Amino acid sequence: MLTVFLQFLFSGLTVGAVYALVGIGFNIVYNATSIINLAQGEFVVIGGLMMWFFSESLNLPFFLSAGLAIVSAGFIGFLMERLTIKPLKNPDLLLMIMITIAVSIVLRGVLMFGFGKEPYVYPSFTEGEPISIYGAIIQQQALWVIGITGFCIILLFFFFKRTIIGKAMLACSVNTTAAKLVGINVSRMVMLSFILSAVVGAIGGMAITPISLMEYDKGPMLAVKGFCAAIMGGLGSNRGAVLGGFIIGILESMTAGYLHSGMKDAVALVILLLILFFRPAGIFVSKTMMQLRKF
Amino acid sequence: MSKRNLPVFLIFVFLIVLLPVVSGSTYTLTVGIFCGINAMVAIGLCILMGYAGQVSLGQAGFYGIGAYVSSILSLHLGIPVVISIILAMMVAAIAAVILAVPALRLKGHYLAVATLGFGEIIFIILNEWGPGGPSGFGDIPHFSLLGYVINSTTGYYYLIWGSVAAVMLFSINLINSRTGRALRAIHDSELACNAMGLNVVALKLKVFILSAVYASFAGSLYAHYITFVSPSSFSLFYSILLLMMVIVGGITNLWGAIIGAVVITVLPELLRKFQEFDVLVYGLILTLTLMFFRKGLVPILIEKMKKFGGGAVAHH
Repeated sequence: MLTVFLQFLFSGLTVGAVYALVGIGFNIVYNATSIINLAQGEFVVIGGLMMWFFSESLNLPFFLSAGLAIVSAGFIGFLMERLTIKPLKNPDLLLMIMITIAVSIVLRGVLMFGFGKEPYVYPSFTEGEPISIYGAIIQQQALWVIGITGFCIILLFFFFKRTIIGKAMLACSVNTTAAKLVGINVSRMVMLSFILSAVVGAIGGMAITPISLMEYDKGPMLAVKGFCAAIMGGLGSNRGAVLGGFIIGILESMTAGYLHSGMKDAVALVILLLILFFRPAGIFVSKTMMQLRKF
Repeated sequence: MSKRNLPVFLIFVFLIVLLPVVSGSTYTLTVGIFCGINAMVAIGLCILMGYAGQVSLGQAGFYGIGAYVSSILSLHLGIPVVISIILAMMVAAIAAVILAVPALRLKGHYLAVATLGFGEIIFIILNEWGPGGPSGFGDIPHFSLLGYVINSTTGYYYLIWGSVAAVMLFSINLINSRTGRALRAIHDSELACNAMGLNVVALKLKVFILSAVYASFAGSLYAHYITFVSPSSFSLFYSILLLMMVIVGGITNLWGAIIGAVVITVLPELLRKFQEFDVLVYGLILTLTLMFFRKGLVPILIEKMKKFGGGAVAHH
């Protein structure tokens, strides 16, 4: 009993870590621009597939491939912002939603063109025996996924709290006009937020691919679950996104394990709808906060 | 119907009748049928987006409900096709109410994601519990009314475009009625509408139900025409295609929905050679339209015609 439960728990934590990273990606862009970038899931796919391309297809060393995959994801995030978000003059919300959907379709099209429809996989970051806890087997890669996620979260925390650029990005989210007045280059911060969120998503994709494989059309589902994680903790809060990501991951793997594997995607969607309908400010947020925000 | 719309509508009916005369090949008519089916769903989405200012990424869900409910009722329970179609529309309407009552309080991104979630849930349900699972099921009865069975391509062509004309007629009248003006006012400012005593929530709900019923109706006709359904036709990608049809045609004009549906349906036929690129081509078209022709084909055409002193075709 305990063994099976632990097994589901660990696999839930592993996928949950990736959802948390996608959720944080949503938050980074949302905080700087109040845009929800629905192409967020595609960056996870880009991370996984580019890592495969550099390490397996070109046979480059591990660290070089990882670096190149991150750079290419960041570059695509940069292109997305400069080509589609920046040129829009006084866009309305509907247009913003549509344009990020449009970009996600273009990215999926490019990925399908470059990689085809088949799933890709590469070996784990480290070789070695899986670890056994009370009979539950944990692959070493799962530890990598959770560790890398934790590392990213700590890094981002220090970035936003301790560095000038991070503080400037936060300032843009609090009050754009005021940020401009104190001399912050808001346009550059928006660009940076897209690059940063692309990189965070891509890192998640690079880490999870050896476990769950990666194919060109995984993006939308990852985006939905990451979004679910982000709103669970209240959009904009990274701590909330991490908690939300792990909760969704665990619930999903429990459903797949104990109920029916076909229903695992439905779980996240039902949670998503329930939160949107009843607590759109996030379930960890107080009633007063909820009344202050608009949906 | 307003004076300006009547000639356009007559031209539209004339074009519908003209196509089989000019090119009566099964291929042309089949493509025409799919254009018509998509046009019906797109008209509903156009009213929802262009007039009520709400966005839905879950229309494929209602379309799927229409196809599956009507097929199951007529195939397994022996209920006459017309009645199955009506029952399916009622199921879709109920689903729309369940989704919309909480969802329409949300705005923008939240509403988009909520409807997307709904569409995906329907997709998963069809995959898991639909007859035949992911591979679907066949032998669905053809459309029949009072003992007269339609089973020829030409028959379906007229049935479906006749339905499009009926849907269009109803929608134009709706848009030009008091309700239509109220809807446009919602699009401009919800706050002002509330202040003037309009029941904004009830209006939005009605439009949402209407768009779901249109989608369900189109889905049922699709199922009885093809006589085979599988979940893959009702995925998120179809919802996105519908969004494209409405945007490409022009979100503020109902005729745009029909033009958009025809363009987006015919496009892959013209791009047969580039089959592997279809996703990319669609994505580029949508991105470029949004960036450079934000108004869409029909409103841009109307502007051009006005510049040349031609008659105005717009309905407002």
